[in-house]
Amino acid sequence: MRRYGAGSVHPGGFYWQWYLIPALLLYSIFMAYPMIDSVRLSLFAGTTGTRAFVGFDNYSRLFTDPLISKRFLNAFGNTWVFFAFHMLLQNVLGMMFAVVLTNRTMRGRTIYQTIVFVPCTIAVLVTGYLFKLILNPVWTGRILRDAGLAFLAKPWLGMESSALNIVSLVSVWQWVGIPTMMFIAGLQGISDDLIEAATIDGADSWKTFWKIKLPLIMPVVGMIAIMTFVSNFNAFDIVYAMETPNGAPNYATDIIGTMFYRYGVAGEHPTGIPQPGVGAAISTVIFIMLLIGVIPTLSRTRRKED
Amino acid sequence: MAANEKRTKSMRIANMHIPSHGLMLFWSIIALFPFYMLIVNSFKSGLQIYANPFGLPTEWTLANYEYIIEASNFFMYFGNSFLVVSVSLFFILLLGSLAAYALAHWRSTVSTAIYFFFIIGMMLPIKIATIRLMEIIKSLGLMNTLWSLFPIYIAMGLPFAVFILTEFIRGLPIDLYEAAYIDGAKRSKIYYSIVLPLIKPALATVAIYNLVPIWNDLWFPLIFITADNQKTVLLAVTKLQGQYATDWPRVFALLTLSALPVITLYLLFSRNFVAGLTAGAIKG
Repeated sequence: MRRYGAGSVHPGGFYWQWYLIPALLLYSIFMAYPMIDSVRLSLFAGTTGTRAFVGFDNYSRLFTDPLISKRFLNAFGNTWVFFAFHMLLQNVLGMMFAVVLTNRTMRGRTIYQTIVFVPCTIAVLVTGYLFKLILNPVWTGRILRDAGLAFLAKPWLGMESSALNIVSLVSVWQWVGIPTMMFIAGLQGISDDLIEAATIDGADSWKTFWKIKLPLIMPVVGMIAIMTFVSNFNAFDIVYAMETPNGAPNYATDIIGTMFYRYGVAGEHPTGIPQPGVGAAISTVIFIMLLIGVIPTLSRTRRKED
Repeated sequence: MAANEKRTKSMRIANMHIPSHGLMLFWSIIALFPFYMLIVNSFKSGLQIYANPFGLPTEWTLANYEYIIEASNFFMYFGNSFLVVSVSLFFILLLGSLAAYALAHWRSTVSTAIYFFFIIGMMLPIKIATIRLMEIIKSLGLMNTLWSLFPIYIAMGLPFAVFILTEFIRGLPIDLYEAAYIDGAKRSKIYYSIVLPLIKPALATVAIYNLVPIWNDLWFPLIFITADNQKTVLLAVTKLQGQYATDWPRVFALLTLSALPVITLYLLFSRNFVAGLTAGAIKG
């Protein structure tokens, strides 16, 4: 492939600035700068006008203040539960669906794919409200009791023991289409000859999956793991819709996203006054965790590029 | 001969994929059941819905839809969302393709650094910039207006646009430009008349990838907008579902209406949707 540069069709160098500046400016001002500057703000207390430097005070409150640290550790733990559901259930289901749906001789694959992916297109908020209604024991519960399924007619979203699991399952329901489609793309990239050769050598489909398919789509698996990781710290709408931003009942569904919203934006009980410094400290912790996950992925992409 | 026949028969049975269809049918029911509940119940009356949550309506009624469209400013919210999505997409595609054109052709240390500066944004959710963004939006006087959403959605969409479009332009054969260059065409002319038409499929991918999260975004409207005439559909849904909380058929009609545009688009262009949303998708 011919390289671009000096002497090629487009001489390299300084003229390109005008093409880059608009995008660069907008991206820097409204994404890169506020992201990095939120880190600086985590060292301050108060809002514009009353802002005062407090060093690492916000962080020490996050980890030692009796109330804030209790909420933070609770939300942090809940976020990992939420993550575990997506990693172990959503991604495993996605893999199963993808293996089934890449079977050339199977009929109706396109229809199944379309169905699996439909939930990904509706708003998380709508999903949340919808399931909240469907799971309401006052409504559907009566029918379940009449059908002799009384054990199913419980206020699942109102019980501390089940609320987070149900919210996570609803989120899995919605997003399983994404790993399914990505795994399908990965599996379709495997050459038929390879599978055929293995089949002739007597490998059954179970063996072909573990010995050939899975190792070959490992990069996709890694990418999906990172995506799952990132999106968990981004989650907010599902809890907002199903359990209010307070992570009801009794903070059982409070995750990092909702806690960040309460402390940084809306104000936490009982004062109701937002504490931007604490909010910034929470977002900085997320930022650092994501960088730990993301930078290795990026450097792999970069190696591929060279 | 007999053995051969037996083998083809067992292969035929294997090719029916009974367990596979079982799995997929099972999941299809799980995936579609909530949609069934959503749509069917939006056509019931208040009394019907409590007596009969799962069945088809004994009497189909449009009253719930009529009520929402008349009693709320639903078309205004729709208009707001439509404006936000179309303006943001237009600028994401324009600024993204200009930057990608430059980054694809200008190869140097600086351009590589800029490229990675952009694509690291694909991995980081803009939500973590919220605290500072609130102050920026406030100081620009954009609080409580739709205008607060445009720059944020454009900035949020650019990393993926730059990534996909740069890769795509790099993959185009150089011969396509050579003739134009020899004719003395300017870069801007080449961008407009050669590059832009060629990258249409990639532009479609970028548009779909951004369309769904922008239409479905709750976070920024929730934080920036309280004025009713500036609300997006989704923000209005949070308000209205509280208002109608005791009138479930209306809530179902409301949710159906708000989801309708994107679902319709999906069913029409499902192939492009899947390509767009899975191309390195990070869900919101």
